[in-house]
Amino acid sequence: MPDAPSKIRVRCHVNGQQTEFEAYPMARLLDVLREQLGLTGTKEGCGEGECGACSVEIDGVLVNSCLVPVLQAEGASIRTIEGVADGDRLHAVQQAFITHGGAQCGICTPGMILAALNLLARHPRPTEPQIREGLAGNLCRCTGYMKIFESVVEACRKTEQGA
Amino acid sequence: MGKKTGQDQILRPPVETRIIGKSVPRKEGREKVTGRARYVDDIALPGMLYGVTVRSSAARGRILGIHFEGDIPWSEFTIVTAKDIPGKNCVALLIEDQPCLAAEFVNHPEEPVVLLAHRDKYLLQEARRAVRIEIEPLPAIFSIEDSLARTQTIWGKDNIFKSFRVEKGDVDSAWAGADFIVEGTYETGSQEQLYIEPQGMIARPGPEEGVTVWGSLQCPYYVHKALVLLFGLPKDRIRVVQTETGGGFGGKEEYPSMIAAHAALLSWKARQPVKIIYDRAEDMVATTKRHPSRTRHRTAVTRDGKLLAMEIDFTIDGGAYETLSPVVLSRGTIHAAGPYNCPNVRILSRAVATNAPPHGAFRGFGAPQSVFALERHLDRVANTIGLPPDELRRRNFIHEGQTLAVGQVIHEKVNMGHLMDRAFELSGYHAKRKRFDAENRENTIRRGIGFATFLHGAGFTGSGEEYLASEVAADATSDGRVRVMAASTEMGQGTNTIFSQIAAETLGLGVEQIEIAQPDTASVPNSGPTVASRTSMIVGKLVESAARGIQQKLFQSGLLKPGYAAKDFAGACRQYIEGNGPLRSLAKYQHPRELHWDDNRYQGDAYGAYAWGAYVAEVSVDMRTAEARVQDFVAVQEVGKVINPVLAAGQIEGGVAQGIGFALYENVVWQEGRMVNGQMTNYVMPTSMDVPPIRVYFEEIPYARGPGGAKGIGELPLDGTAPAIANAIAHATGADITRIPVTPEALMEMLEGVHA
Repeated sequence: MPDAPSKIRVRCHVNGQQTEFEAYPMARLLDVLREQLGLTGTKEGCGEGECGACSVEIDGVLVNSCLVPVLQAEGASIRTIEGVADGDRLHAVQQAFITHGGAQCGICTPGMILAALNLLARHPRPTEPQIREGLAGNLCRCTGYMKIFESVVEACRKTEQGA
Repeated sequence: MGKKTGQDQILRPPVETRIIGKSVPRKEGREKVTGRARYVDDIALPGMLYGVTVRSSAARGRILGIHFEGDIPWSEFTIVTAKDIPGKNCVALLIEDQPCLAAEFVNHPEEPVVLLAHRDKYLLQEARRAVRIEIEPLPAIFSIEDSLARTQTIWGKDNIFKSFRVEKGDVDSAWAGADFIVEGTYETGSQEQLYIEPQGMIARPGPEEGVTVWGSLQCPYYVHKALVLLFGLPKDRIRVVQTETGGGFGGKEEYPSMIAAHAALLSWKARQPVKIIYDRAEDMVATTKRHPSRTRHRTAVTRDGKLLAMEIDFTIDGGAYETLSPVVLSRGTIHAAGPYNCPNVRILSRAVATNAPPHGAFRGFGAPQSVFALERHLDRVANTIGLPPDELRRRNFIHEGQTLAVGQVIHEKVNMGHLMDRAFELSGYHAKRKRFDAENRENTIRRGIGFATFLHGAGFTGSGEEYLASEVAADATSDGRVRVMAASTEMGQGTNTIFSQIAAETLGLGVEQIEIAQPDTASVPNSGPTVASRTSMIVGKLVESAARGIQQKLFQSGLLKPGYAAKDFAGACRQYIEGNGPLRSLAKYQHPRELHWDDNRYQGDAYGAYAWGAYVAEVSVDMRTAEARVQDFVAVQEVGKVINPVLAAGQIEGGVAQGIGFALYENVVWQEGRMVNGQMTNYVMPTSMDVPPIRVYFEEIPYARGPGGAKGIGELPLDGTAPAIANAIAHATGADITRIPVTPEALMEMLEGVHA
């Protein structure tokens, strides 16, 4: 290996908590989350930004964490699947994924739920084309997507009823 | 011990159910939606090294040397070659022809030769690139045609892993009475399972206990068998544990044995735990995929659409080693003549060797290939004789009391005509077919609607279940919880939930009182592999028997009386355990006496039950770009009693989406036996933008031998989807669709034969 770059210190918020760690600047955010911070809910499906299993939010923007060098996390606010539920209380989207069959093998589920949350933040009452487009970066091999669409719709309905 | 499954139970009518038939939420759903579910790559053991595989650089050749080059601190690495294997160098499956690590010869371009382990996974990747395997190339073959022509003999005497011959009636005499004889040749491509969790294993050695492996897998006891032979150790010194598995679809049926073997060998030599996780590219190119196929049909038919004879020649490309090809071929062969009553049928089939990585199990297991050919061919037959395609099928559907090609008499109530009509009604088939015919002439976007009618046998073929002799145990605790012990794996399809429902229903408990043990060969009995649409129907029945065994013990001991309330169950368990020790019941598969199979003649009751389906696809084709899209999809099937409607619909919808990929998008590009598009960027599976509304409908005729009346459904949707789509594209464009995937490039070629 050519001269290895030295590690940098990164400060950011992860799931609402101030976090500080050292990492190589070009380390993948995905690896740092999983291996250094122990947040293994973020999954690696392809490592090239195609499948969306590693989706997280950085400052409210949905990204593939396998394509993000960790230096970009400096000062940012990151949300992973571990930050979605409120303690033991599941988010309506999580609950809908259980009730309506949106999760099967579960490997795409964390990324899919973050994509759904990101979509709902932009479109609180999404149309079907908006749902399809909002989830287009997240591949699921189990469900054929129908039950995922249904889960998103049902979560909106529940949220509206509850609000 | 196992409860009797005698005639009395078989004939008992289904009773009112309490939990079976309800959409109970997924048992492990909470862990999955919170990210807490632990997949193999989420596990790290102290002192764990990472492992990688160095593979052949040639499709076929002799290994001359292995050179460790470059500026790599080789002394820090654990290096394993074939010489380090303590037992037999093979991955045990049906026969022992596939080495775990190539020693002298390589037979495909992804064949493992050297294993490396190191604690730094980045350095490990560099080291992998610095190993040079020197190979003297030998001539190789890459197609079914070359394999059959024996341009080289690369396996056995004739390149043929297995062949079958099925005969019904007298085909040779039938041609003379035909008004039409229709021929056709159909091809299907390979398909990658593309579970989103790549394959991986962790192995930990122990001087006393042997080796333990944890990993993503479908069949714990397959891996166990492979490691026992590889290490030459007693069975109890090998332990295999399934971790949460992110999809399998057949892709984690046999290849996990290879990865487990590699991780185990590295850990054995390093005396430390070793983790091997494939990256996507390695997973796609090196692990098994669906067998490519070629099917030739020759059909004799009368003017009024009665099938007189079907001659079917079915060939699949097995790749370099036998692996599961004989069994894939078997299922493809038996399904090749479909749900039709034809008096004279001959099916000749074979699996051949090529210098590609072995093809393997993929949902449907040979049937999607032969069903595609048949359902395309029947549209061609209908066209030839001037009959609507539905009318041709209606005149030949099999009915109760008639026999399938393998001589199996259908004793089930089957009404394919009704399923087809229901699918037509739900899809508006007849009106659309007419409307599209009228509109298409003027439009550059053409519409088409097509269908397929088909069956799928559940469980292992023939006497397979008898040989497997699966077992399931149930354990009750003193607080009244019941733990189901089985090696059947949850991989997303719903095993945990379905087993809980069956046990809870049987015992009169709530599903929350049922626990499902983690599949671990050290503690669960062998309930067989999680394949072949057998888990709900075959193993589920054993879960029911094991649960009933617990109940019987409590009844016999007088601690519980029939008609008990759920709250009394816990007290009875506590008293039983205090007085008698563990409360456990073991159920063992007993083959129904009325099912007979002759393996030599390939005749008899091939499957205990069939699921039946009628699928309708509506497509649009842009004639400028030759791009086809599925616009609507209706899937009607009869699957016995549906245990969990949400899970069952999820199985069908997911299977239809995979079938859409098989039909339109998923194109494995081969170059000298190597997949060259092994990335998700250039191997395209359906996204949320590519799937139509998938509308699923179940007809339920309870199956007497299934738990609560259920039959198997997992593989069914792969059979009918692709031919329905291909028939719809043919309707839209007039092109004779003879091969899938129908990529725009392929469709353009097929459109050249169409004269406007």
